[in-house]
Amino acid sequence: MKTEMKKLVEVRNLKKYFPGTEVSLFQSGNDVKAVDDVSFDIFEKETLGLVGETGCGKTTVGRTMLHLYQPTAGDILFDGVDLNSLGERELRQTRSRMQMIFQDPYASLNPRMTVGSIVGAPLDVHTKQNKKTKQDRVQELLDMVGLNPDFVNRYPHEFSGGQRQRIGIARALALNPKFVVCDEPISSLDVSIQAQVVNLLEELQKRLGLTYLFIAHDLSMVRHISDRMAVMYLGKIVELADRDEIFLNSLHPYTQALMSAVPVPDPDFAEKKHRIILDGDIPNPSNPPVGCNFNTRCPIAKEICFTDEPEYREEKEKHWVACHFAQKLQP
Amino acid sequence: MRLIPSCGRREFNMKPLLEIKNLETRFYTQDGEVKAVNGVSYSMKSGEILGVVGESGCGKSVHALSMMQLIPDPPGKITNGEVWLDGQDLLTLNEEQMQKVRGRDIAMIFQDPMTSLNPVFTVGFQITEALLLHNDMTKGEANHRAGELLDLVGIPGAKQRLNDYPHQFSGGMRQRAMIAMGLSCEPKLLIADEPTTALDVTIQAQIIDLVKKLQDELGMAIMWITHDLGVVAELAHTIKVMYAGSFVETGKIHNIYKETKHPYTIGLLGSLPRLDDAPGTELVSIPGLPPDLLALPEGCPFAARCEYRIEKCLVEKPPLVEIDGKDHEVACWRWEEIAGIGSK
Repeated sequence: MKTEMKKLVEVRNLKKYFPGTEVSLFQSGNDVKAVDDVSFDIFEKETLGLVGETGCGKTTVGRTMLHLYQPTAGDILFDGVDLNSLGERELRQTRSRMQMIFQDPYASLNPRMTVGSIVGAPLDVHTKQNKKTKQDRVQELLDMVGLNPDFVNRYPHEFSGGQRQRIGIARALALNPKFVVCDEPISSLDVSIQAQVVNLLEELQKRLGLTYLFIAHDLSMVRHISDRMAVMYLGKIVELADRDEIFLNSLHPYTQALMSAVPVPDPDFAEKKHRIILDGDIPNPSNPPVGCNFNTRCPIAKEICFTDEPEYREEKEKHWVACHFAQKLQP
Repeated sequence: MRLIPSCGRREFNMKPLLEIKNLETRFYTQDGEVKAVNGVSYSMKSGEILGVVGESGCGKSVHALSMMQLIPDPPGKITNGEVWLDGQDLLTLNEEQMQKVRGRDIAMIFQDPMTSLNPVFTVGFQITEALLLHNDMTKGEANHRAGELLDLVGIPGAKQRLNDYPHQFSGGMRQRAMIAMGLSCEPKLLIADEPTTALDVTIQAQIIDLVKKLQDELGMAIMWITHDLGVVAELAHTIKVMYAGSFVETGKIHNIYKETKHPYTIGLLGSLPRLDDAPGTELVSIPGLPPDLLALPEGCPFAARCEYRIEKCLVEKPPLVEIDGKDHEVACWRWEEIAGIGSK
């Protein structure tokens, strides 16, 4: 990565709360703090990996960034423009430059639409192309993602999971976006197919100069594809750094435990590995612990962790972390 | 901590526990005959942890369900084979006899702990159910044991939580409860069908750790069915790689990961990114898709996706043959030529 890169997306103190379920008729429950004060930047043409466990808010971050959810607080700047300041029409125009690839290729394609109309739908909404140019563009897109362009008149059920994900990718790329949120695009695919899709995403990035936010829970795949990585826990980013930095010198106890929990397909390595096993489960996000939200499972928690929330700060150059004891954890 | 005082701990010996011969399962559907399991033979020793690895639809779960006679019939049918456990062929048993085997001799843990627990009964009730069925116990004794079992699998405040319903448990705890249920009658063989696939990595690490500990303590054999070559690398003694209803490579863990011979296994390992990979390495992907089990090709099922395929692969299916001495078996016509390429 070059040192001076243009910031494409800036996220500032983003919050997204969902109303909690009602306790009784007169008493509403606590808000679920799905995303709680998150700030980060994404540079042009890079891939930022966002990892975390189920329910930590990583998908909500992705969706809120595209204003698919209205943020509760905080700003998102895309190419220097604050999305909050845009009216509906302007927002729609901006959206054509930021797209999303969804997790479940079975649920994200309309079974009653042909592949041609699925991939062409963004073109209908955003452009006024005639039938011929539209069709050419659709075929070009299908070819680009490695599908036979003659498949335009087929329906999604005629395709396998990996092929459907390719259709989803073609749809996301229809309007030449600059920024694509990939929300667990490979987690529902088989291992041998995952590599195909990841290689395709990487090749397209090189060819089209795309910027990705790659959301996943599979750490080894995220490490493979990302330039930088952010780790989320319970609605907050606990650590963000360059890919190798975070793997080799992670400063947060949660990141360290997460890395050590990843199964490695190598028996010799698995035997040598020092494994940190965390106790317990992720706390309920509608009732997070006081102080540092990791304190219920943290192996090194001290008194201060139960009273004060650690500040999210740049501990080393380009290495952000939120832990009171990050200094001590440095290897 | 001892589980059942009367039985004591099982010895770790290398006597064959289970022997499967030429197992074949078919599903007769509207679209035709689905060849789900195609002639699987192997034996398992007591105390062995066996990893069965394969992609979705390769028949790994169906082969385990066939052993337990849990295939819905129709449309499924076990068309051939023998499953020997303790001197009896399980496939010749009738439903009533089979019920005595299930849970007592072979227990099974399923993938999704959300759906495999009954939401309208308490966790305690569901654990005692198996205890009362297979043992001569009073309700009070069974309840006491259920408490011990939940404690054994590491659920805090086990005694109190017996009265909880499954929805009051988290995903990891439900899987622990399932394991407690599976262990309740001290089975000789525990079949775990993708038990950690629905769980997060940190919870998965907890469960793997727990299963290792329990196996150390109780010494049962475990068949761990998974698609994740990483999980079994940490756990299993032996691995069997399945593709389109047949084993393509089997062997000790070292054989599979270090002396990989079959092109499919090589491809699978290559398509996994590793945490210690050099940056910028491109993933090796396997082109194409797994074959349609409705219309299996004549020859090697992997031939269509294989870069080493020759004429012979398309017409004749390679048998699983033993190579370099013990235990390591491969079903490929060209394994000798490929041998050098796979070992990293």
